[in-house]
Amino acid sequence: MKPHRRKRLAVVAFIAVSLSMATGLTLFALSQNIDLFYTPTQVAGGEVNIGQHIRIGGMVKEGSYESANDTMRVMFSATDYVNEVPIQFDGILPDLFREGQGIVVEGAIDSNGLFVASRVLAKHDENYMSNEVKAAMEAAGVNTENQSTLAEY
Amino acid sequence: MIPELGQFSLILAFCLSILLGSIPLVGAAKGNQLWMSLARPLTAGVFVFLAISILILAYAFVADDFSVQFVAQHSNTLLPTRYKMTAVWGGHEGSFLLWTFMLAGWMLAVSIYSKSMPIDFVARVLGVLGILCTAYILFMLATSNPFDRIVPLPPQDGADLNSALQDIGFIIHPPTLYMGYVGFSVVFAFAIAALLSGRLDAAWARWSRPWANVSWAILTIGIALGSWWAYYELGWGGWWAWDPVENPPLITWLFGTALIHSLAVTEKRGVFKSWTVLLAILAFSGSLLGTFITRSGLLTSVHAFASDPSRGVFILGILGLAIGGSLILFAFRAPLMKSNFGFDLVSREIFLLTNNVILVVAAASVFLGTLFPMFYQAITDDLISIGPPYFNAIFIPLMSLLVLVLGVGPMSRWKKTSVSYLIEQLGKVALTSLAIGVVLPTIILLQVSWVAIVAVTLAAWIVLSMLKDMANKTANKAARLAGLRALSLSYYGMQAAHFGMALMLIGVAFTSEFSEEKSVLLAPGESIDVGSYNFTFNDTQAITGPNYVGTQADFSVSKNGNELGNLNPERRIYLATGTPSTEMAIDAGFLRDLFVTLGEEKENSAWTMTIYVKPFIRWIWLGAIFMAFGGTVAAGDKRYRRVRERYLKREEQALATNLQVAS
Repeated sequence: MKPHRRKRLAVVAFIAVSLSMATGLTLFALSQNIDLFYTPTQVAGGEVNIGQHIRIGGMVKEGSYESANDTMRVMFSATDYVNEVPIQFDGILPDLFREGQGIVVEGAIDSNGLFVASRVLAKHDENYMSNEVKAAMEAAGVNTENQSTLAEY
Repeated sequence: MIPELGQFSLILAFCLSILLGSIPLVGAAKGNQLWMSLARPLTAGVFVFLAISILILAYAFVADDFSVQFVAQHSNTLLPTRYKMTAVWGGHEGSFLLWTFMLAGWMLAVSIYSKSMPIDFVARVLGVLGILCTAYILFMLATSNPFDRIVPLPPQDGADLNSALQDIGFIIHPPTLYMGYVGFSVVFAFAIAALLSGRLDAAWARWSRPWANVSWAILTIGIALGSWWAYYELGWGGWWAWDPVENPPLITWLFGTALIHSLAVTEKRGVFKSWTVLLAILAFSGSLLGTFITRSGLLTSVHAFASDPSRGVFILGILGLAIGGSLILFAFRAPLMKSNFGFDLVSREIFLLTNNVILVVAAASVFLGTLFPMFYQAITDDLISIGPPYFNAIFIPLMSLLVLVLGVGPMSRWKKTSVSYLIEQLGKVALTSLAIGVVLPTIILLQVSWVAIVAVTLAAWIVLSMLKDMANKTANKAARLAGLRALSLSYYGMQAAHFGMALMLIGVAFTSEFSEEKSVLLAPGESIDVGSYNFTFNDTQAITGPNYVGTQADFSVSKNGNELGNLNPERRIYLATGTPSTEMAIDAGFLRDLFVTLGEEKENSAWTMTIYVKPFIRWIWLGAIFMAFGGTVAAGDKRYRRVRERYLKREEQALATNLQVAS
């Protein structure tokens, strides 16, 4: 083999090895960090294991918001207008959190069926309904077209 | 009537950019001087009409013309004027107009600062940018016209600008980010022009470099501004969330960083040509991808605009045509890009190649993590999200590796460096860095923190190897100072940017590792310790702003009994929409930030609140400033201005040799 060929081969081999190592590590890291998304109906149907880290999307149920007087704790329900999940959160809610507004919560279900949220996300565009919330609505047979028009004005 | 003028002006800009995207390109292919020379005036025309368009939109905002749908959706009579003017980019339609206007601005800059380039090259660059501009304006006219009217009955008042956007960050972050993003279109157009003309030489690399450096510098600032804004506005104590809309700028930045390094090799050594062209295409694709993700509504993100599927399809079309077209051209022209492999396995070329491989792998894994939920949903119909742990697991080791190479690269020589030379030069530097890294944080913190040890070692490695290199470069000069003065601007630019990397590394590591936060419920008069600081909640008072009402709280902060001052976070309700908004109070410092965000009021005027102590967080943005400064300084190197003479001389010489051979 000519020297310059050998050099080229070495460079190509170097790139190939680093790329495949990177791909392997990436896929491993990916598989470790997937948060599955569920709708309130799926949660009510018992599809989620206790303690499993998941996301739930839905609307904050009208009249469900309660705030403890002597601690940080707040309680509310996420609904897809068919089923609902009670949610507990110890922290400060985002500015756009309101009843009747779409939200996504991250956390896990405890043994009493209560969803303990570690993070609550509300969207900064009020006209905007996230894919997750929309999917939850559609899965429950609610017409999202009307929902989003209602939200707009 | 006036909004129609804006629309009319937009259509004129469209017509001119069609001409710009065709005539100069054909002229360059046929060698028609007149047609090529139309590129500059047409560019000026496109710029002027887009400028008129965007000014008219701003005027419609200032004049509260709510018959324009975009204005009605994003403004309100109570909105302060500075936000009315900048609400132009407060939604999809207007922000795309800003995006296109930025492109026109870059095109104008190219047409002005290209006197040193041959006319056919300028014609091709501006022609390619003209095609892009045509596609963007067509997209606006077809799917998202900012001048659409509400007929027959316009609303009395507008729906108001999102309260989270009413902030200085909103005024400066989007334009800066867009300017950096769009700048890579210029570098892309240079690459395409070089492919079209078949002239992929050192001159092309030298012409591209200042543009790549400046775009990269602006993008760096744009991303840093976004991070800083999110930090103080959203009040969650973080500075980067790996959000699907934050990631494309980062992907573009990583490709761009690889590109500016690869361009250096292409310019100096004439190798890596095809790789450099590919990176230019990739960096540009990253910027289009960002637009696509933000505007198609395909991914869930805090930044996403209200979505419309037809827009997503349209942008995907632009994306497909631009990337597909350029890659096909790339394949056809591949034989042109043969480089001579004139370097050894240990050489500066190889270190820069390693830098490129690491950066591209990092960009690819961020890309994968960002789009994976979308692919996953397409295949399995299940919705998933990829959390920050994935990105951190990939990113931190890669960047640490990058920093190791960063110390060796500038010290090594082109073509061939002996390993023993590198060990001789850097052996002591490495040992000293390690010693500083182990001893310094341990003494100061009185504890063994692995994160701090690794971070300080790596930062010391960057700084010490840099100093050693400068010492070497001036060692043979009679006077050190004169020697330092003789070093080129681009060398100083490189060192400044690398120093910025060291600062950022310390900032990221220390903030992530040593931040403290407490969420508590406090009544007036109560106090709490966070880290070594004591926060006392004194009282609250009602406040009234131009378009909001709210509550302001008063905190006094002390450390070891010394009063440090007061913090006054606010909780506002914006009148037009009834949206609440939290304004945190920050005491910024070189070594630490203290900040308080208010939650809600509970019994006995007690409030929920989160209190943060964030050490070294400013170093992250300070690092970005150094990087951007370095990129800009390097672009100002005088050798970029002398290209034309040298280029013409070389052409003459080549001609003379050809003639001699012929005779």
